[in-house]
Amino acid sequence: MNRNYLSIKTIVAIGIGAALFMILAKFASIPSPIPNTSIQTSYAFLALMAAVFGPIAGGLIGFIGHALNDAISYGSVWWSWVIVSLFVGATIGLFAKRINIEAGGFTVKKVITFNVIQAVAQGIGWFLIAPALDILIYAEPANKVFAQGVFAGLSNIVTVGVLGTILLFAYAKTRSQSNSLHKEL
Amino acid sequence: MAVEMLSYIEKNTAVHRLTGVTKLLCFILWSTAAMLTYDTRILIFLFLMSIWIFIVSKIEIKEVSFVLIFIFIFLLLNNVAIYGFSPQEGVKIYGTSHVLFEIAGRYNVTLEQIFYQFNITLKYFTVAPVALLFIVTTHPSEFAASLNKIGISYRISYAVSLALRYIPDVQRDFRNIALAQQARGLDMSNKEKLPKRVKNAASIIIPLILSSLDKIETISNAMELRGFGKNKKRTWYSSRPFQKSDYLVLTCFILILAASLIITFHDGNRFYNPFQ
Repeated sequence: MNRNYLSIKTIVAIGIGAALFMILAKFASIPSPIPNTSIQTSYAFLALMAAVFGPIAGGLIGFIGHALNDAISYGSVWWSWVIVSLFVGATIGLFAKRINIEAGGFTVKKVITFNVIQAVAQGIGWFLIAPALDILIYAEPANKVFAQGVFAGLSNIVTVGVLGTILLFAYAKTRSQSNSLHKEL
Repeated sequence: MAVEMLSYIEKNTAVHRLTGVTKLLCFILWSTAAMLTYDTRILIFLFLMSIWIFIVSKIEIKEVSFVLIFIFIFLLLNNVAIYGFSPQEGVKIYGTSHVLFEIAGRYNVTLEQIFYQFNITLKYFTVAPVALLFIVTTHPSEFAASLNKIGISYRISYAVSLALRYIPDVQRDFRNIALAQQARGLDMSNKEKLPKRVKNAASIIIPLILSSLDKIETISNAMELRGFGKNKKRTWYSSRPFQKSDYLVLTCFILILAASLIITFHDGNRFYNPFQ
């Protein structure tokens, strides 16, 4: 059985996660001081889900959630950026064991690990993969797509760094710490 | 906060009667064709054909107009951005330069640039109607069944189906929490300073996420109890058998993809060049 890599819980997490990702992308973006841009809270959520449920869930939540949001609100899917969401979710998920949020306790060391991972994953995704795919698929001018990529990347890295860390803290608080039991003497 | 979303529109037309699998495969074939080609002749042909399919499906413009407005705004911004960043892209691609008039510095208007941006816009227009149609003529639960039929594991298909099923629920939860927090004086608009706004957003998002995580627990227990994932295969309530028209339509779309690829790449270039 495929139990190991795709448990029922992971399947449900992908489904609900994708729905939540979509709603956050659509409704819960915070207007920022720069005109026409907003802070995408959905990526902070994606980072949390990836850290809790692992790479497959992370990648698929990004992929399905982003594709659904594009399809339902714009009528067509911008595949190059959807693939970046898949990549970001999967990469953060790969290090889920490292962050080990289920064991409770989100220490300073874990905060740093999480932020390094998310910054690197998003950096590769938004600065390299997104523009490259844009040029390949849509033949758009290189400097335009790189400017877009750098901008989206920086704002998402900062968002996940701040909001994602807050979310992980809040989640860790709801878990009981792995060493919280002690023998009564 | 009542933002409209595209959803299934019930009608009885030839397009609606096609099985979800056919529509999904056609959508994939169509997107591939439109994505790979930059040949203006093919794009125009695909565009006209997509309009024809749109008419056959009897979907009215006003039913999808809010999305069309989005698409127009997006295309306008995109075109402005492309010109702003790279006014000579067309010249680079087509290798000639027919200047219409100069503006300033490298910003002049060339026929090549206009033609290039026309192509980009057209490319978007060939995909958009078909994607729209696919969404509004395919029932969500049939969509999941179709994903499974074209070879995607039924576990992942089921996840997609769950996502579609729970979007309205999550949206309602989000609205309730947001309204409750706003009633307590939380401000998410431009009036609040940015750090405060982020903190306020967090106090809406955190309860939403935690309640959704509880939901995951409940649903996965329910599925476990009903023996989900016990067998290698799974049947779908809403999947339908193939009809003659399905085979016919699929054959047509495969031919279109093949023809467009041959015409696009037979001279070794994605772009159709009228300037030589």
